[in-house]
Amino acid sequence: MSEHNYQPKSKFGKWFNDRLPLLTLANHLTDYPTPKNLNYWWTFGGILTFCLITQIITGLVLAMHYIAHADMAFNSVEHIMRDVNYGWLIRYIHANGASMFFLAVYIHIFRSLFYGSYKSPREIIWILGIIIYLLMMAAAFMGYVLPWGQMSFWGATVITNLFSAIPLVGESITTWLWGGYSVDNPTLTRFFTLHYLIPFLILGLVVLHIWALHIPGNNNPIGIDIKKPSKETVSFHPYIVVKDLFALLLFTILFAAFVFYSPNILGHADNYIEANPLVTPAHIVPEWYLLPFYAILRSVPDKLMGVIAMLSAIFILAALPWLDTSKVRSAVFRPLYKQFYWILVADVLILGYVGAMPAEGLYLLVARIGTAYYFAHFLIILPVLGKIEKTSPLPLSITEPIMGGSLNAVPTRIRENSQKL
Amino acid sequence: MLRFVKHFSLIFFLIFTNIVNSAEKSEKLLTTDWTFKGPFGKFDRASLQRGYQVYQEVCASCHSLKYMSYRNLSEEGGPEFSVREAKAIAASFEIPDGPNPDGEMFTRPGRLSDKFAMPYANEQEAKLANGGAYPPDMSVLVKARKGGVDYLYSVLLGYEEPPQDIKLDDGVYYNKYMYGNKIKMPAPLSEGLVEYADGTSATEQQMAKDVVSFLMWTAEPHLEQRHKIGFRAIIYLIILSILVYFSMKKIWSRIETEV
Repeated sequence: MSEHNYQPKSKFGKWFNDRLPLLTLANHLTDYPTPKNLNYWWTFGGILTFCLITQIITGLVLAMHYIAHADMAFNSVEHIMRDVNYGWLIRYIHANGASMFFLAVYIHIFRSLFYGSYKSPREIIWILGIIIYLLMMAAAFMGYVLPWGQMSFWGATVITNLFSAIPLVGESITTWLWGGYSVDNPTLTRFFTLHYLIPFLILGLVVLHIWALHIPGNNNPIGIDIKKPSKETVSFHPYIVVKDLFALLLFTILFAAFVFYSPNILGHADNYIEANPLVTPAHIVPEWYLLPFYAILRSVPDKLMGVIAMLSAIFILAALPWLDTSKVRSAVFRPLYKQFYWILVADVLILGYVGAMPAEGLYLLVARIGTAYYFAHFLIILPVLGKIEKTSPLPLSITEPIMGGSLNAVPTRIRENSQKL
Repeated sequence: MLRFVKHFSLIFFLIFTNIVNSAEKSEKLLTTDWTFKGPFGKFDRASLQRGYQVYQEVCASCHSLKYMSYRNLSEEGGPEFSVREAKAIAASFEIPDGPNPDGEMFTRPGRLSDKFAMPYANEQEAKLANGGAYPPDMSVLVKARKGGVDYLYSVLLGYEEPPQDIKLDDGVYYNKYMYGNKIKMPAPLSEGLVEYADGTSATEQQMAKDVVSFLMWTAEPHLEQRHKIGFRAIIYLIILSILVYFSMKKIWSRIETEV
């Protein structure tokens, strides 16, 4: 933030802080004014940070025992599961941690969609988030390849083959990615390297994500701009810290239930069969968190168009702040948008379901309708809705949410602010 | 708060039913009273010891357990043979070793640190001996098949005369539960095939249950430890959550806002 009149108390603190203002930063983080009406959907930012750190720490330990070689990878994973002290625990935390990470990120994203957190002035936060999400998918996919089971191998084959859809240079690019003429040892070693690299890129982007967040401050369930700091805000510490911690603990109970009592339920049985390039599994299915995109990919009959559709489904999110033309942020005051929001949630869940099913008959039809609706939501419904929707009156402040403010509270507020400047 | 839990559990439920639905299969699998299921599940030592006997006398002639060592047999949470018994078991196998100072490979009696002896020298030999089919390694077989222990149990007991319309080649058998219903392994179990030392009557169901329990252990040797630590971890987290909940209430009461 721009103005800081914080001064460390001790002489040494002052000396140090003048040279490297870490204490100012710490002070900023603890005092950071946060809207007091944030609900529990806002706790997933903290939960996601926890997930990232958990993945990095468990991954670090796993990497000490794992061997990235086509002949030894599967063996080394079994070695971790059997002979490394608590290796089973570390690996199950890492494997289920990926699923928990995605569960949390989906809730985080859909929270943002519901409360319009991506809208001005938070577009950069949102776009950074989309890049993080993309990198998460890349990291998760490559991580799934490392145990070198059947699903690892064939998943890698299917996904890398998508690049061959690129006209003219597709085949060469695929060969370049593989480091050979099929998915093999060079592919495994480079995936391992990238899988190790990406989490640290994500960590850097998370810092930017939070930095960008601390410029305008948090959105809130009412979605109106608030004065900071004021009666409408609380300091991050201890109010938000303790609340985030409570939500995080509930989340870790769910996490622990998976790790200790059904550690393999989110995985696929075929991945406990060592990779065999000569035997193709009956159904090649990605992990659950990639299924909606897999459904979109398969719903288009043409390979290249399928790849384009799948990538567009992600990149379209980056354009969301400009596709949604409504000035009102929170769906609480948007009766029509609220309904379309839940239809979108259902649509994505349905896409996920059909993504796990064979691409034929009714499933394929549902996948096509679901895909069409997904794009329609962002390209048609949202731009039009912003123009025609009659939004409910907005309150003037979050401390008096019952008092009806003017219909154009947000624009008025922005006008007021700009007049002040 | 309540609404949050409601939404959260709804989303979770949707994901979960998704998985369960996709796991559904046409033929309903047989099951039995597995002792290791549930949050407090433990292995039945006697059953695992019998299961090892069935594996050794019936399965081991074709199926390897390449990730298992003889020392595992005496480790906590498994069949828990005594160290002496495990040593004796290991010593009853000839393990290839070498080369010796003369540059020659040799065999010697097994030791606790050795991996289980392999039935075949290599995959080609295994295929040759089994009509072209490769008997899969059974170390993680339970986890490598949809349906897990119930699936293996069902396949072991699922041999039947083929329906009229299905023609089987030589050396191919009909199994009600096997994917595709065709299996190259002849029915491995028959009443009284092994003689249990503890006097348990060796019915097909009993042998299937024992050997599948044993295979569950080979796939998840730390299952008991996992259940035990899991219970403690979750109790700890619940207590901590309650404490943090009340701290949170106390802190937020300073500003009179509902959390």
